[in-house]
Amino acid sequence: MPALPLHEAGKYVAAAYLVFLALLLIYVAIMAIRLGRVERELGELLELAEEREPSLRDGFDANAPRSREPEIQ
Amino acid sequence: MSLRTLSTATVVALTGAFALVFFYAPNDADQGFIQKIFYLHVPLAMTALGGFVLGGIFAIQHLRTRRSEWDLRSYVAIHLSLILAIGVLITGSIWARASWGHWWVWDEPTLVSFLIVTLLYATYQPLRFSIEDRGRQARYASVFAVVAGAFVPLNFLAVRLAQPFSHPRVFATANGGLPPKMQLTFYVSLLGMVLLFFTLWRYEMAAKRTRGKLRALKRRLGGDDEISLGRSAAPQV
Repeated sequence: MPALPLHEAGKYVAAAYLVFLALLLIYVAIMAIRLGRVERELGELLELAEEREPSLRDGFDANAPRSREPEIQ
Repeated sequence: MSLRTLSTATVVALTGAFALVFFYAPNDADQGFIQKIFYLHVPLAMTALGGFVLGGIFAIQHLRTRRSEWDLRSYVAIHLSLILAIGVLITGSIWARASWGHWWVWDEPTLVSFLIVTLLYATYQPLRFSIEDRGRQARYASVFAVVAGAFVPLNFLAVRLAQPFSHPRVFATANGGLPPKMQLTFYVSLLGMVLLFFTLWRYEMAAKRTRGKLRALKRRLGGDDEISLGRSAAPQV
């Protein structure tokens, strides 16, 4: 078959690269959902730990290394 | 290499590759602009097939050492390769439609053999899921991964030796293969895709290990000797 003109070929090339991008985004979205589940389970574990040791409720360890990230209580 | 460095290298390599594809590599004299799909489709296919073989190598290690960590590595490599393989089939179909006027050509050995490999690996997850006992699941899955992993290069070789060659051959052909600009673009794309594979592999491994640790912590805090894991295709570390 002769080569397709640019306006015709462009659609197919864009579609192929968009498929790749979509696959990547779906994968990242699934990873994000899983991360959310881990975060939720960690929260449950923290609650469980707090029930056992009420001192944990006062906050995190003051000797813990400092971080630029905000800490979520 | 740390995950952060690997992620940065992947982003740089893939961005560079796509920039080379659209601003540096010349249009193919025969296929024109549509040939740009080659820089996505072929590296994806090579990475997927390499990932399947890697899964087989990890499975050999699992069978030798019986360490569940190797089973997890094999599982993640195959899982990711299957996703890439689906990408290969879709981008290949788009390329086929634009080049040959058909979405799929059944008498083309490369296409059909790749579909067979993909379908073969599509049975990996159901196989794992069908076995409840964790030890047996890991062993059977490893045997499958080794046999299927050996099938991949054999299949590739068989297709290369098959006639007629209607699917484009660009390496080591009598015509001299790719021009230097296209070759550079292709190798950068391949590098980007391989880096992407390893980055996602590392992310997935980290996520699975974290879940494993979380489960162990839950067991300790909950005071349960046996934690109900339920049936799952994924290995538990």
